[in-house]
Amino acid sequence: MTSPLLDIRGISKSFGAIRASEDVSLTLMRGEIHALIGPNGAGKSTLIKQIAGNLKPDSGSIWFDGRDVTSLDTVARAQAGLGRTFQISSLAMEMSVLQNAVLGALGKRGRVMRFWRDVMRDAALLQVAHAALSEVGLAAAVGTRVADLSHGQRRQLEVAVALTQSPKAFLMDEPMAGLGGEGTARLTPFLDGLRHRAPILLVEHDMDAVFALADRISVLVYGRIIATGKPDAIRQNAEVREAYLGDEALT
Amino acid sequence: MRREPLLNAAVFLGLLAVVLWARATDEPFTITLATRVAILALAGVGLNLALGLGGLVSLGHAVFFGIGGYAMGILASHAQSYSPLIEWPVLIEGTKSMPVIWLVAMAASGLAALGIGALSLRTSGVYFIMITLAFGQMFYYFAISWPAYGGEDGLSIYVRNGFPGLNTLDPIQFFAICYVILGLALWLFSRLSRSAFGLALGAARQNGERVMAVGIAPYRLRLVAFALSGVITGLAGALFADLNRFVSPTMFSWQTSGEIMVFVILGGVARLFGPVVGAAVFILLEHVLGGLSEFWHIYLGAVLLVVVLFARGGIIGLIAGREVRHD
Repeated sequence: MTSPLLDIRGISKSFGAIRASEDVSLTLMRGEIHALIGPNGAGKSTLIKQIAGNLKPDSGSIWFDGRDVTSLDTVARAQAGLGRTFQISSLAMEMSVLQNAVLGALGKRGRVMRFWRDVMRDAALLQVAHAALSEVGLAAAVGTRVADLSHGQRRQLEVAVALTQSPKAFLMDEPMAGLGGEGTARLTPFLDGLRHRAPILLVEHDMDAVFALADRISVLVYGRIIATGKPDAIRQNAEVREAYLGDEALT
Repeated sequence: MRREPLLNAAVFLGLLAVVLWARATDEPFTITLATRVAILALAGVGLNLALGLGGLVSLGHAVFFGIGGYAMGILASHAQSYSPLIEWPVLIEGTKSMPVIWLVAMAASGLAALGIGALSLRTSGVYFIMITLAFGQMFYYFAISWPAYGGEDGLSIYVRNGFPGLNTLDPIQFFAICYVILGLALWLFSRLSRSAFGLALGAARQNGERVMAVGIAPYRLRLVAFALSGVITGLAGALFADLNRFVSPTMFSWQTSGEIMVFVILGGVARLFGPVVGAAVFILLEHVLGGLSEFWHIYLGAVLLVVVLFARGGIIGLIAGREVRHD
């Protein structure tokens, strides 16, 4: 068995008396989509922040690509190859779609301290940016200011910027949020194909998408992972049914 | 929407036209006013790099302006009294050479900006404003209480410093020096804002989280921007001191920081020619309204209020519209 790309080993995080994460262990294997689900307030956001590096766990460790990244910040984890998309689109709003994508490509390439050459004429960066934008279907909107984009287009751009990073793993926080049926239907096959380039840790509320995409599902309730397994096993799991899914979601 | 480059060119050539007209009609005072505009605009270009591109609201840029001024004052005063600056371990003499003074002014203000930036960029928002203001006051009171270089009275330099091949005492030749330097600084600013560094810095201003998520640390970007900003404002300080042939602690005062910020806001934050238009309007108001009333700052305040409330891109934004640059 190969070693997991992302290995979260027993992390805990408390805020005062609230235990937001309690001994959470989670792995992401190469080539898989691992979905993390749980009701509101289960601690998904806190967990994501610890994986991305915004928060430091009180105990436990996080391993990525064979090294301990527990003490690294978000910048270092991004450089190590963790590509993140945000639950609420987090983009440079006054810039164009293309500029946002070029920024992603620039972050990947490094060499940011270049003061003279026009970055929007850098053929190598432009190529990466254009490729990512056309993959998500934003090729026609390259010149649009992000502030003028629709909500759905911003979600697409989030994914495109992550693509420009050609990360080793994706950390996607509700990529389907607010997309509506049609948008979700378009994004689902795209993520399906993406797993072979880099595995995805997917936090998602849309259960149709989760069960369509996930190789494995972990269920987080009150900061604890109560079950991890294949979609079918999760569907049958009595504890999960009781805690979260409810019968109608399973049919 | 190509109005802004046209406007910029008109402003830049307009300043030159005013000076040529003043020379033709023998109005040296007008040339001096235009030189003031060029120098203060240069200080504003420096601040605009931090404030406009980087979103760093510094209320302490008088530090760099003052350091530039004192670099000139100290070097020139030693040269005019024929007393060496330092005798041991190496002999360092004063100088009356502008290029040397500029280099010293830029190096000293750049180093100060690195130090101040390294500390204050750990904070943000109103704390950043307060900490830069505090540094400014530190330098102000230090200059007041430093008797070796005039203390509160400041330092007078009897003859303007020299530039190889030029007669700097001729107002138009000194204007030419300042005008060319302003042009070079604007060119640098325009290249910088379109460079990889400028893109990342602008993105960090708009959304620090986004920049970090693609693996770029905003702190380093901001520190470099702050240091470059200090270098340019410091150079402006050296020229300003040479224009007046006088330096005093006023250059370090928080009012000076505020005025530089007014140039930028009045003209248009982050707009290439914002500081130029801002400084020109400021000097014009000072000259015209200052003649009418001692309390001309009230009218300046009213103008500033109108600009801030109704023209978010400053005067440039009002005329040229929202910034568009999506290539």
